[in-house]
Amino acid sequence: MDWQAFQLSIRLGVLTVLVLLPIGVIAGRWLAYGSFRGKGFIEAVLALPLVLPPTVAGYYLLMGFGATSSLGEAYQTVFGKSLVFSFEGLLLASVIVNLPFAIQPMQRAFEAIPPEVREAAAVSGLTPWQVLLRIDLPLAWPGIVTGLALSFAHTLGEFGVVLMVGGSIPGETKTIAIAIYDRVQAFDNQAAGIMSLTLLITSFAALGLTYMLSSRVGRRRG
Amino acid sequence: MADGKLSIALKQQRPIPLDIAFECRVGEVLALVGPSGSGKTTILRAIAGLCRPERGSVSINGQVWFDSARNIHLPPHRRRVGLVFQNYALFPHMTALQNIVAALGHRAQAERIERARQLLALVNLDGLDGRKPSELSGGQQQRVAVARALAREPEVLLLDEPFAAVDKKTRRILYAELSELRRSLGMPVIFVTHDFDEAARLADTMCLIHHGKLLQIGAPREVLARPASALAARVIDSRNLFKGKVIRHEGDRTWLDWNGRPVEAMRQDSFPPGAAVSWVIPATQVIISRTDGYAPRITSNLFAATIRDLAHLSESVAVTVVVDGSDAPRLSMTLPAHYARRKGLQPGTDITVALVPDGVHLMPPE
Repeated sequence: MDWQAFQLSIRLGVLTVLVLLPIGVIAGRWLAYGSFRGKGFIEAVLALPLVLPPTVAGYYLLMGFGATSSLGEAYQTVFGKSLVFSFEGLLLASVIVNLPFAIQPMQRAFEAIPPEVREAAAVSGLTPWQVLLRIDLPLAWPGIVTGLALSFAHTLGEFGVVLMVGGSIPGETKTIAIAIYDRVQAFDNQAAGIMSLTLLITSFAALGLTYMLSSRVGRRRG
Repeated sequence: MADGKLSIALKQQRPIPLDIAFECRVGEVLALVGPSGSGKTTILRAIAGLCRPERGSVSINGQVWFDSARNIHLPPHRRRVGLVFQNYALFPHMTALQNIVAALGHRAQAERIERARQLLALVNLDGLDGRKPSELSGGQQQRVAVARALAREPEVLLLDEPFAAVDKKTRRILYAELSELRRSLGMPVIFVTHDFDEAARLADTMCLIHHGKLLQIGAPREVLARPASALAARVIDSRNLFKGKVIRHEGDRTWLDWNGRPVEAMRQDSFPPGAAVSWVIPATQVIISRTDGYAPRITSNLFAATIRDLAHLSESVAVTVVVDGSDAPRLSMTLPAHYARRKGLQPGTDITVALVPDGVHLMPPE
């Protein structure tokens, strides 16, 4: 069991989720309530990681983060190190490929709030901030938790993008999914088995938690 | 400057055409009545700030909420307005009490619960503080919505088809409660309905709206009995709408020619002899006369007719008759159920109908 890889995966998952929470809420709300030209295009772009082979997504991210790219160059100048094959680069890639997993459930949850309930809140004197905090978030939270849990579980299991962008540097970019692959390559099936089971249980627990929470909310609202 | 009234002037082409202006005084109950899609709800939404019309103004007690010329458009949370939505739009995750507390943001934290309880008591819901909207009946939800709207201490109370989603019995109770409540409200009340009886029962003033335009404004009974135009008559579903020609004015009467039949009406000087007119008579002003030769001398507007159709309603009978003559016009009338039963009226029965002159109302021709 490669505990270092496991810890790295958990850290990556937690940070990904923390970054995606505000992004998902803002983007999900914007897409749910806004009507503007090009909305369908933006939704399609955001959904791309769902259907793109991870190696393709990984390839473009690698090119985009590389030292020759403007982003990679800027990062190198500011932080004095490379964005590719670093934990930060991995985190950024993870956030990008998880956008649809986070945004879509949140968008659906915001869309499910009847518009007149939000209008009633405004007419009752609630400022837009208060509408967010007291109406939108309490009503949409099962979708928000679902988006975060899906992103977390997906981050733990991501392989192709991690390999392309992060490589397999122990303690820096070697996640548990990569470690499992390494162990299998080395014919260490026992270690691979233990780690696979750990990943399976963690992912299942994350998803189980969301389903439990959302069904409880469903019952509460009757 | 507090002038104690709400003044509205709205103009837009899209999404629903509107070209309307009216006022509503403090203490007045005004009904916006018209067919679906006529723009009634859009008017309420524009007052509340939920939509922004292309041009116009909304002001109350001297404060300007909207003025396109001066580019003023206050957002809903900055207008003190109480709005009861058609489906009530209660906050589903909050209890009845919390729904009301949510609208008390302008009050000190410590007062809110106490005030919310008072409002629940005002709408006869004390004891149901802890219920979620899903645990309340339609009538109870409507009352919570009214209490929430009042919690804001609004300068105007707006109700969008407030009685559409409850059963008839609950509706009757709510009518009585609203009539009671309006006495204690020092604000203009505007409600939307497509039910003319509801408007007549609850409102002081009725605005008849059609395709976003104000067809007529006045006391409901006046609007319903004396539509300003043939179009207004159609919108209020006056079934007895006919064409005629003024013959002469004589004393307190005006005489009409109705395809060769003389019809007497109360004197209406605005139409000179020879003028073509449209005219209506409410179904309640068409009465049945006995066919045994005895005719009460209240009017000479007596016409032989045959009953075509009877529809038995809960307390009355809607009767359609065909008047004799080559044009065979149809008249609708409403009779008490017991009367129709006692007389043994049925389709095919020959009767004589009388048109009460007071009910004959002339309008410009279509």
